[in-house]
Amino acid sequence: MHSARIRTQLRRPLWRFHGGLHIPDEKGLSRNACIQDAKLPKQLILPLQQHIGAAAKPLVQVGEQVYTGQKIAEAQGYVSAPVHASSSGTVVAIEKHPIPHPSGLSAPCICIETDGKDTWGERPPELLDYRNLDPSEIRARIRWAGVVGMGGAAFPTSVKLNPGSDQNIHTLIVNGAECEPYITCDDRLMREQAGRILQGVRILRYLLDVKRCLIGVEDNKPEALEALRLALAESDLKGHTEIVSIPTLYPSGGEKQLIKILTGKEVPSHGIPAQIGIVCQNVGTVAAIADAVLEGKPLISRIVTLTGRGIAQPQNFSVRIGTPFSDLLEQAGGLRSEGAKLIIGGPMMGFVIQDPRVPVTKATNCLLALTPEESPDPDPPRPCIRCGACMAVCPMNLLPQQLYWYARAKDLDKVQDYHLFDCIECGCCALVCPSHIPLVHYYRYAKTESWAREQEKRKAEHARRRHEAKEARLAKLEAERKAKLRKKKAALAKQGTGAAEDPKKAAIEAAKRRVAEKKAARAKQGVVPKNTRNLNPAQQRQIEAAEARRQPMRSETQRERE
Amino acid sequence: MPRLLSSPHGARLNRTDWQMLQVILALVPGLIAMIYYFGWGVLINALLASFFAVAFESAVLYLRGRPILPTIRDLSAVVTALLFALAVPPTLPWWLTLLGIFFAIVIVKQLYGGLGYNPFNPAMAAYVFLLVSYPLAMTNWLPPAVPELLQAKDLVSLSFWDSLRLIFTGELPPHLSWDAVSAATPLDEMFTKLDQDIMISEIRQSPLWGDFGGKGWEWVDNWFLLGGLFLLWRKVIRWRIPVAMLLGILIPAGLFWLYDPQVFPFPAFHVFAGGTMLGAFFIATDPVTASTTPKGQLIYGAAIGLLVFIIRHWGGYPDAVAFSVLLMNIAVPTIDQYTQPRVFGHPSDSGRGQG
Repeated sequence: MHSARIRTQLRRPLWRFHGGLHIPDEKGLSRNACIQDAKLPKQLILPLQQHIGAAAKPLVQVGEQVYTGQKIAEAQGYVSAPVHASSSGTVVAIEKHPIPHPSGLSAPCICIETDGKDTWGERPPELLDYRNLDPSEIRARIRWAGVVGMGGAAFPTSVKLNPGSDQNIHTLIVNGAECEPYITCDDRLMREQAGRILQGVRILRYLLDVKRCLIGVEDNKPEALEALRLALAESDLKGHTEIVSIPTLYPSGGEKQLIKILTGKEVPSHGIPAQIGIVCQNVGTVAAIADAVLEGKPLISRIVTLTGRGIAQPQNFSVRIGTPFSDLLEQAGGLRSEGAKLIIGGPMMGFVIQDPRVPVTKATNCLLALTPEESPDPDPPRPCIRCGACMAVCPMNLLPQQLYWYARAKDLDKVQDYHLFDCIECGCCALVCPSHIPLVHYYRYAKTESWAREQEKRKAEHARRRHEAKEARLAKLEAERKAKLRKKKAALAKQGTGAAEDPKKAAIEAAKRRVAEKKAARAKQGVVPKNTRNLNPAQQRQIEAAEARRQPMRSETQRERE
Repeated sequence: MPRLLSSPHGARLNRTDWQMLQVILALVPGLIAMIYYFGWGVLINALLASFFAVAFESAVLYLRGRPILPTIRDLSAVVTALLFALAVPPTLPWWLTLLGIFFAIVIVKQLYGGLGYNPFNPAMAAYVFLLVSYPLAMTNWLPPAVPELLQAKDLVSLSFWDSLRLIFTGELPPHLSWDAVSAATPLDEMFTKLDQDIMISEIRQSPLWGDFGGKGWEWVDNWFLLGGLFLLWRKVIRWRIPVAMLLGILIPAGLFWLYDPQVFPFPAFHVFAGGTMLGAFFIATDPVTASTTPKGQLIYGAAIGLLVFIIRHWGGYPDAVAFSVLLMNIAVPTIDQYTQPRVFGHPSDSGRGQG
């Protein structure tokens, strides 16, 4: 009965993207392991930046008691997300700690020593009647909950859900493709919590006011498809929501690829799905939205797959964010062999970590322990023979062989002419390259170099503008000064033709004349200066002493003159 | 040296040396057919050429201070040597093979930087180099070992020792003359006679001819076609270049044949004569020197086919694959520049290169 329904729904037209790879999905290792709650770790390490955008700002201090779900770091700026305490305990440090990052980087983290009680702090009200709320209020709740894209990109969800009123969003796409080999966290989520996902879909449908919703799942997950269909049949979403089984082909779970498969539309280069009326969210994100809105629960846990042949018992754990991987490894029976490579994410796009104490973050979906047989160290690369195998599998229809050529030559202009920045780093090209060239590595290098150069250019441009502004200002001042001088001169020239050349001299002359006139007038009246007559003896002595002091000086100056 | 731990982390799905090995395997049916029809000289040339190629490549790698064994193991030198050996007459003196391989490996391949950096197909460049410099030795073909043809023309095949002696000393056994052992290739026969204004119906009276091309020759081409299909199935090569090249010959040949079937041979003649099949599946598809974009590969293949047709009819040399391939090798950077595919998310006209 169900299969009949599946068949009718398979009729939906699907598109395909260029290239892609059929690779062994290896999901059998962990796909049948039910989601289990991982043990609370002794210490939680919560990086302040688990998302794209600005790092969060701590709201707590060392020594402070925190409760489960308590906001301990505040979003800084629009593209940012807050961090919540994943369990109750004491803040023991706010310091740099190794984080899951390809470079093995350390970054500021809030470390909480858990008390094991997992006491919840105050929670915001459940917004069960969200249909009566303004979409902005729902968005604010999602933002408060610190929800970010849980498929790996970790872009703040509230930002993605606010495409602006100028975008006419008509379709919501929920990404349950999970195309990376090995990973099964989304598969388990869909199988076990399909209802929760659909609740999230209902919220998003109201929030975005979309006409239809498509949930895309690769056909190597029949149980997940069935669970979603059963849940959908029981819900009120049937009219506009569709569960679509898509052919298993890596990387169909890439946002752009999934949109193309389901709608035939291409997200413009350097653009976002909203530009073509689509918003795309991962199933895990949708479930987290449901928790935030309906239960007032912030994002403090997620499902993480621990798998690979290097792990004793592959598992799907529900993990508190901030739990160190070493704790999870222990609970999965530890490593089988010493030589296993630890990888965060999938084998195609994940990165190797050297330190298993790094914590689970909001974006961590998988920890792989691959044996040397599963992940052999590549041979030294041979020269590119331009066979084009990379081109045939590139899901963005790029020319990876040409990109490699120019990236290697550090020709950053040419490499951008060949659309380097459309590369999604899916790894298909490198996997099929017969010369074993680490192509993705070259593209990352060229991207980083291009960004650096861009920044350098911007700096230089800025400096040049500042220099030019300064020059202009100085030139203006100089011109003003000159103009003033010219004005003054012109004014003087006008006066100079009438009176004496110099007004000062004229004034002095006038003053002298006035004094002479006064003297003459007084002499006529018989008045003579009297200040040397009738001196008392003391005054007389003073005058003589002064004269005596002057005498040698006078004779000296006399001699000098002679 | 620290391990490069960049994604993807899975085992690589392909290897250059496996691909080259498959090319060599795909050449085997054609090689056996050529040995069958043209005697041991083919095998001797193939072994000599391979030995020289590996020796020259090792020597140059040593001089360049590059790792020798890992590079030799990619088998590309052997592929070049085999293509060369299958293109030259089975009577070629050993020192011309030496000279040709020296030109191919040292000048055309290694001086440009080795595998992946040579703009010209080494085997074809060497073939043309010898053809221009030693035209007589390079056109001294043997008749295919087809009994009725040998009887009709009173020709004999060379034994293994005769071939060995011929290659290393340049001498025929005392009881044989060149006239008794050599024969023109079907292409040579066809176009020499056409130049003498002989009609095709008359030319084809000769016992030399089989169904489409020359007796024996057309079977060699069949076996090369089989090898080519194997490479297609193994995805070592892709369909665009061979299909475009064959169509590039067939379409103009068909049109001209329709115009005057007495002056222009039946189109299938072109495909089953000379080096067409070897060229279409093994030479034009050399990834290093071919166009690399999908559209470009169609243009590249079709242009080679068209040039083959033109040179065969109106050029000075009877076979034209080597010249056509080299001419189009020159055009590859330009073709690639203007045939970039439309990148995902770009408007349909922005994929084109600028400048």
